[in-house]
Amino acid sequence: MSVVIVDYNAGNVQSVTYALERLGVSPVLSADPEVIRSADRVIFPGVGEASTAMRFLKERKLDEVIKDLKQPVFGVCLGLQLMCAHSEENNTDCLGIFDVQVKKFEPTLKVPQMGWNNLEHTTGPLFKGIEADSYVYYVHSYYAETSEYTIATTDYVNTFSAALNKDNFYALQAHPEKSGKVGERILQNFLDIK
Amino acid sequence: MLTKRIIPCLDIKNGRTVKGVNFVDLRDAGDPVELAAIYAAEGADELVFLDITATVEKRKTLIELVKRVAAEINIPFTVGGGISSIADVSALLNAGADKISINSSAVMRPELVSELAGEFGSQCVVVAIDSRFVEGEHIVHVSGGRIATERRTLLWAKEVEERGAGEILLTSMDHDGTKAGFANELTAKVSGSVSIPVIASGGAGNQEHFLDSFTIGLADAALAASIFHFKEVSIPDLKNYLKGYNIPVRIEK
Repeated sequence: MSVVIVDYNAGNVQSVTYALERLGVSPVLSADPEVIRSADRVIFPGVGEASTAMRFLKERKLDEVIKDLKQPVFGVCLGLQLMCAHSEENNTDCLGIFDVQVKKFEPTLKVPQMGWNNLEHTTGPLFKGIEADSYVYYVHSYYAETSEYTIATTDYVNTFSAALNKDNFYALQAHPEKSGKVGERILQNFLDIK
Repeated sequence: MLTKRIIPCLDIKNGRTVKGVNFVDLRDAGDPVELAAIYAAEGADELVFLDITATVEKRKTLIELVKRVAAEINIPFTVGGGISSIADVSALLNAGADKISINSSAVMRPELVSELAGEFGSQCVVVAIDSRFVEGEHIVHVSGGRIATERRTLLWAKEVEERGAGEILLTSMDHDGTKAGFANELTAKVSGSVSIPVIASGGAGNQEHFLDSFTIGLADAALAASIFHFKEVSIPDLKNYLKGYNIPVRIEK
C-alpha cells in the first residue's frame, strides 16, 4: 500500500513517519500533486499556525489537490482544522471540506490543552476496536465545533470535535502518532479503511 | 477529562543513561531507549531526556539518541540540556523530539524564548526554571542550580509565558533530591499566575507527594527521576493510587 504524507513544511512530520513505520508501512513525504493523487492513502499532518499553512498550500495549489482527493485522507491536528471551513486563528479561510468553524478555547482552563484526554461518542471504522473513553494526546489552542460530521468528541472547556468524517475524508484533532497503543490502532484503522 | 501527567526524567551523558538506574530486567542498563520503552509501556504520559554531556563533539550522540527514541517510542518526549540556539532546536525537532526545554540560555537571553516560539510554535517550547529560596525570595538559578540570578521565579514564569513558552518545568532546588515532597506552595503560585501548564519537579519520594503536587501544588504534571529508576514508586501503582483520590489519570485498559 502506498501512503503519502503531504509535505507542506508544517511542523514535525518525522513522528508521523516513524509511527507508520512501526505499523510496517513506509510512507512517502511529498508535495507533488501527482504523487499525492496516486497514493492509496493520504495523510495530511500539521503542527503550526493556520494562515501560514494555508498560504503555503495555496502557493503550491495543494489546496485544490487535497479537496479533490478520492482515496481515504486523514487530517491530523492542524490538518483537521485546515480541512474545516474557517479558523479563528488569524481569521483564516480553510479548505472547507467540513462545513465547520474552528474556534479558540475560552481561557477558563489552561490554553493550550496539553496532555491526554478521552474520546467519547466514537463511531465508525476509524475507532474500530477502540474502547470507550480511551485516551489520546492533545496539544492545541483551537478546536472544531461539533457538527453532523463529528465522529468522536472530547470535553475541554467545552465539548469539541475530536474527530470528523465526510465521505473519504477523516480527521483527528489529537496526535495518533504520540497516543500510545490507542493512537497506533487509530492509524491502523485508517490504513484499513476500504 | 484532561488528565494529570506523570513524567519520568532520564539523565543522559554521551548517549547513555547516567547512573542511578536499577532495572534488573534491562538488557543494557545504560540504554535510554530500552528504559524509555519500559516507562511508555508502564503508562508514563511523557518522557524528559536531560542531556548533561559536557562537550560539544559528544553532543552529536544526543541527536542519534533522539532519532532512536522517536523511532521506537509512541508517547511524547522532551529533550533538554545545553540548548542555546535555533539551530540546536531545529536539529532536535527534525530528529523527532516533540518538545525542547531551555533553561540557562533563556535566562541569559530571554529573546530566545520568543524566537523559538515564533520559529517552531509555543507547543514545543518548554522553559525549565530552577528555583531556590534565598532570604525570603524565590530566586531563579542557572547552571544546574549552582548560580543565583537577579530574577524572581514568579516574575520570570510570567515573562516566559508572555514570550511564548508553551509549558514551564519548575524545579525547586531546595526540594530536589530530598524525597520530602514537591515545593507545593511555590508550584501553586506559579501555576495560578500563568495560563500555560506547569510541571512540578524536585522532591518526589512517595505516591502521596504526587497527590499533593496536584491537589495543593495545582501542577498539571509531575516529574521525577530516581524514585522511578529505583522502582521505589511504580507508575501503574502510582496512577491507581491517584485515581483512588479522584485525580484524573490515564490508565490504559
